[in-house]
Amino acid sequence: MTLKDVVEKLGLRVMTVKAALDPELTGAYAGDLLSDVMANARPGNLWITMQTHQNVLAVAQIKDLAAIVLVNGRKPDAETLQKADQENVTVLGTDEPAFRISGQLYRLLGEP
Amino acid sequence: MASRQNLSHAFEIQGGDFGKAGCVSLEIKEILRDLGIDPAIVRRTAIAAYEAEMNVVMYADSATVMLRLNPQGIKIALDDKGPGIHDIELAMQEGYSTATDQMREMGFGAGMGLPNIKRNADLFELKSTIGKGTSYKIFIDLGSEEKT
Repeated sequence: MTLKDVVEKLGLRVMTVKAALDPELTGAYAGDLLSDVMANARPGNLWITMQTHQNVLAVAQIKDLAAIVLVNGRKPDAETLQKADQENVTVLGTDEPAFRISGQLYRLLGEP
Repeated sequence: MASRQNLSHAFEIQGGDFGKAGCVSLEIKEILRDLGIDPAIVRRTAIAAYEAEMNVVMYADSATVMLRLNPQGIKIALDDKGPGIHDIELAMQEGYSTATDQMREMGFGAGMGLPNIKRNADLFELKSTIGKGTSYKIFIDLGSEEKT
């Protein structure tokens, strides 16, 4: 399933201007500890988090993640969003908490 | 495309600069990717570099990083000027961290940085002198299998 399919089915907000929605998703990973995501997320994963500062971008880039989903209606810092566009990292948002969006994604994507 | 033979690059990291944190690791990733190195090996190298870079940003004053590539593998030598690590064995244990509350709120300080370097490197040597600094030697074998 592509990122675009998931964005449409779950009504995720696309926050970055230059969002690439064509990647095929390999699953998703939920976590707010950056080194945990570094260790355990897989390339092509959607990353569910409440961290909104700009250091999330390097994690997404180094791990080749498909996109970041910010939960609970959290908004990225202005500099995070600007840098995300510069670095071609797709940032999405939802009003749902991490548990609910993870459950919905699990239903769509199944076992990793 | 640059030659794979005996490439070397030097970088500097400034301690406390969270705005630029990760830049050196991303640059290393880009250099290696442009050389056509296997993406899994590039990723492992970038993860190891990132964890070392973040340790400098969080705990040290500054660091120099040397990236070297030869036909056998990728070497990263990072030398920081900083407080040093009191107990390396303890610091290598997953879950142990001396991060401040502010760093933890940002999602750092999981106590996984050094273990992540060890997991992704084929060889990892860490030496530290209290009050002077810490040196990281990381080697990734170009022929190694994907580890993560």
